[in-house]
Formats: sequence, C-alpha cells, structure tokens
Amino acid sequence: MDMLLELLDKNSEFNLAQLAAMLNETEESIKNRIDKYKEQGIIKGYKALINWDKVPDSGVTAIIELKVTPKPETGFDDIAKIVTSYDNVESVYLAASSSYDLIATVKGRTIQEIAEFVSKRLSTLDAVIGTATNFILTQYKEGGVAFYDDDDNDEQRSLIL
Amino acid sequence: MIDYSKFLNDKICGIKPSGIRKFFDIANETDHVISLSIGEPDFTTPWHVRQEGIESLRKGHTWYSPNRGFSELCNQISNYYARRFGIEYNPDTETLVTVGGSEAIDLCIRTLIQDGDEVLIPQPSFVCYEPMTKMAGGKPIIICSKSENDFRLTAEEIEKNVTPKTKLLILPFPNNPTGAVMRRQHLEEIAKVVEKHNLLVLSDEIYAELTYGKERHVSFASIKGMRERTIVVNGFSKAYAMTGWRLGYALGPEEIISQMIKLHQYSIMSAPTTAQYAAIEALKHGDSDIEHMREEYDMRRRLIVDEFCRMGLTCFEPEGAFYVFPSIKISGMSSEEFCEQLIYSQHVAIVPGTAFGECGEGFARVSYSYSLKHIKEALERIERFVNKNP
Repeated sequence: MDMLLELLDKNSEFNLAQLAAMLNETEESIKNRIDKYKEQGIIKGYKALINWDKVPDSGVTAIIELKVTPKPETGFDDIAKIVTSYDNVESVYLAASSSYDLIATVKGRTIQEIAEFVSKRLSTLDAVIGTATNFILTQYKEGGVAFYDDDDNDEQRSLIL
Repeated sequence: MIDYSKFLNDKICGIKPSGIRKFFDIANETDHVISLSIGEPDFTTPWHVRQEGIESLRKGHTWYSPNRGFSELCNQISNYYARRFGIEYNPDTETLVTVGGSEAIDLCIRTLIQDGDEVLIPQPSFVCYEPMTKMAGGKPIIICSKSENDFRLTAEEIEKNVTPKTKLLILPFPNNPTGAVMRRQHLEEIAKVVEKHNLLVLSDEIYAELTYGKERHVSFASIKGMRERTIVVNGFSKAYAMTGWRLGYALGPEEIISQMIKLHQYSIMSAPTTAQYAAIEALKHGDSDIEHMREEYDMRRRLIVDEFCRMGLTCFEPEGAFYVFPSIKISGMSSEEFCEQLIYSQHVAIVPGTAFGECGEGFARVSYSYSLKHIKEALERIERFVNKNP
C-alpha cells in the first residue's frame, strides 16, 4: 500500500515538505500525488479526531443495525444512499452478517432524539425490515488513536545511562 | 560516625556519573517536558517473541541456564551472524550470552586490560568504555571523531595515538550518539593499522541492524584477518526492541571467550532464562520485525534531519542507530546551555553532546525513537526556540 496514504491516514497535519522528507520524494511529486488521489476520490477530506467524551453536552452516538430487503437491480445501494443522506448519520457500511445488512452510526443531542430518528425515519423506510440500536457509552479508540490518557508509552521508559 | 571514604575504592569514587543521567534529572524536575532524549526503542518487543517468553514461564522453565547460555540460543546467534553478516562462529566455544551488550563490554575490557594498558576510545560515543577501562586499571586514550569526517574514525587518527602500550581499540559503530557508520573501505584501512601494531578490537555492533540506505552494516570481524583480533559485542535490545529483557552476547576467539566466561560465571552466573527463550524466537522468526522497525525509524530520521536543516541547525546525515547529532553552534551557546535553555523555555529534553565526551561540544543528541506525532510536536518547539535565539 502507498505509504503516503498510510501517513495521511495516521496524521494529516504533516506539510508537504515533511511528507517529502519522510518519503524521500520531492514536494512537487507529493503534491501531484495528493491531487490525483483527490481527483480519483481516494482522499475524501481531512478532519480532526475529537474525543467528544471530554466535551460537555456533546450529545450521544448510536450504532444502528438495519436489516433490509435489497432491490433487484441496485441491491443495497439505493437504501444505503437514502440512509446516508441524513445529516445526523455519520457513517454507513454494508456488512456481511446473517443478522443485519447495513450499519449506520448516528449522532444526536439526546437518546430520545436518536430513538425518534430510528423509529420515524429509518424503520419507516419500505426496504427496512428491522433495526437494532446500540448506544455508545464510552469511546476508547477512533481512527487508530486511543482516547484514554495512558496511551503514551514514552512515559514508561526511564533513561538509565 | 563512620568515615566511609576510607572504605570506598578510590578508582570507583573517581568515576563520574553519566552525563545523560544528570541531564535527565533536570528534565524530570520540569513539568510537561516532551523528550527526545531516550536511547531505547519506542516499540514494544514483537508479540510472538513475548509469547515465547510467557510460554517458557508457563512450562515452568525458571532455572539457571548454562553459564554460556542455552546451546540452542548460541546456535541461533551463530546462524544469525553467518546469515546477516557473513561470519561463522562456533556456538560451543566462541559464543557467550550476557546480560545485555553492556556486560559483554565489561567482561571483554576486564579480561584484556590490566594496569597501564592503553585503550583507544573514539568519542563521541556511548558512555561506558572510558569508566570501564579505568576500573580495569587501563588508560583511556580518547580519539575525537570529527564532523568533517562524518564522525568516522580514521586509520590516521589511530596511528597518531598508538603507543607500545596500546592493547585494545574500541570500535563503536553504528555510533551512539552521532549515527555514524563505517563502510568496508574505512574498516579495511583500520584493519591495516590494527595488524601493524598488533592490537585487539572490541567491535560494539549493538546498532548493527539499524542502518539506512543501500549498504548494510559491515562487521569488523568480517574484514580479512580481523576475525582473530576482534571481540564482537551485540544484543537483542535495539534490533528486537528488547531492552528490558537484558540480553546480549559476545563472539570472539575461543582463547578470549573462555576467559570472559570465568568472569561471567563468578559475577553473573548466567543470563536471564526467560529472556533467552524469547531471544531464540526473535532470531528464528524476527527478521521481518527488524525490517518493519527499521523502515519506521528511517522515515522519522529523514523527517528530523530535513527539519533541522531547515531550521539552520546543520546536521550531518546519520546513517545508523536512532539518533541525529545536530550542530548547535549557530546559537552561540555551549551544548549544556543550549539543552538547559531548551528545557526551560520550550520544555523539550535532548542530551548535550558533551555527555558523550568533551569532543561532543557544539552538538546535541536527539533521539528519534519516538512516534511521528511526538517528534513533530518536539520539532515545532525546537523551531520556536531556535527562532528566538538566532
């Protein structure tokens, strides 16, 4: 896999000069490659990893499992796109599972708000046969980054000589 | 009140504590310090290696090992040196497993050096050679490696310092703290001087697996005629991220190793048993772990060298170990001042070059055995410091 993508996946804050140094390429070549990845729709954007648990009144997140009936021509795509179109839906995946087909993570201000969204917006869709809602209590890791504070191994090393 | 000074050994009392240690204490007293000062891998030991250690404990393998180390481990070490560096050692007679590379260095120096013997020690280098030489009654002769030679030791420098009393040359490459490596042609030139003056060589190859670029580490023992004059010291700490397991080894002529074993037998008895089981696994199946860690270090190395050069801290490109050794002369401060001010004003800890010998003045050791995120943050702070102190 391309190391450039792996680096950006871990930390998108590196500037072109730093990426160029690490990957032993010119800045121009890094820039061209990033532009191309954007054109191809491989790099879809950059965002911060926020530990919302530490932000007061930041709301709740739920993982919703959806059992759906696929359509003859488009399979799961049509229904997935409808679910995706809601602003409070953070991510949508098609799963290989015997109990459900789509997984969506949904953000809301309160548990009630999410419950209402599921019962009024998702369950009522024609293709949806059933839903299961899993509320998240604590987030330990996101995007490869652990959110608890004793993550840093460096603190455990004691210089001895 | 007892006057302990009457009891204490003068030689021991005369030895200075490590300069790294002293500096680390300053860093510890300051809040929110981000450090680039540690000289051990940030990786944890590969899981399959740890598992073998755990498995040996589960089976109840908790006894002493043979003095020399388990024969399977000696066999694996012997295979490893043949496979990676092209030199054959007899596992039954020319191999000794020790408590870290440090013990092997100590045993080697004490086995060879007696009162008045001179030992050639290139500096900047790891801190133990000089005190160990003194404790053995020897006389350390310091050779300053120069930045204009990419911190390599040259045959001429050795030639200039050899006397009829010179017995041993220490060859600490890849080098901590400079990151310098010796190429085959440099070693061949040194080999001629070693032969001419009938010297022995202690080749400390603990960073042998951490070299960057096309050329791999060349062991001094693999140079023609040098196997019989060389005691190779290596270990598991740096290559396999196994510092806490405390395991190293010495390879060399039977006549020397057999004397070193006596010292080891009476002072240490045997290296840790659990660590030896883990090390066998590391040697058998750990080549890809080394490669993975090496690639990661290499990326950090390129980042840090590039950033330092951009900041105006000239930095020779280190080709080995996991340190860069930038010149801080542009700041007009001494190494110690620079590092102290950096801690006080930006809370970044690096080690003054002088901790590795007086000829480290004007330089500082920066370790990149930290995550990219950590390095990036530290570099930003160092840049702020450099901009304020042009």
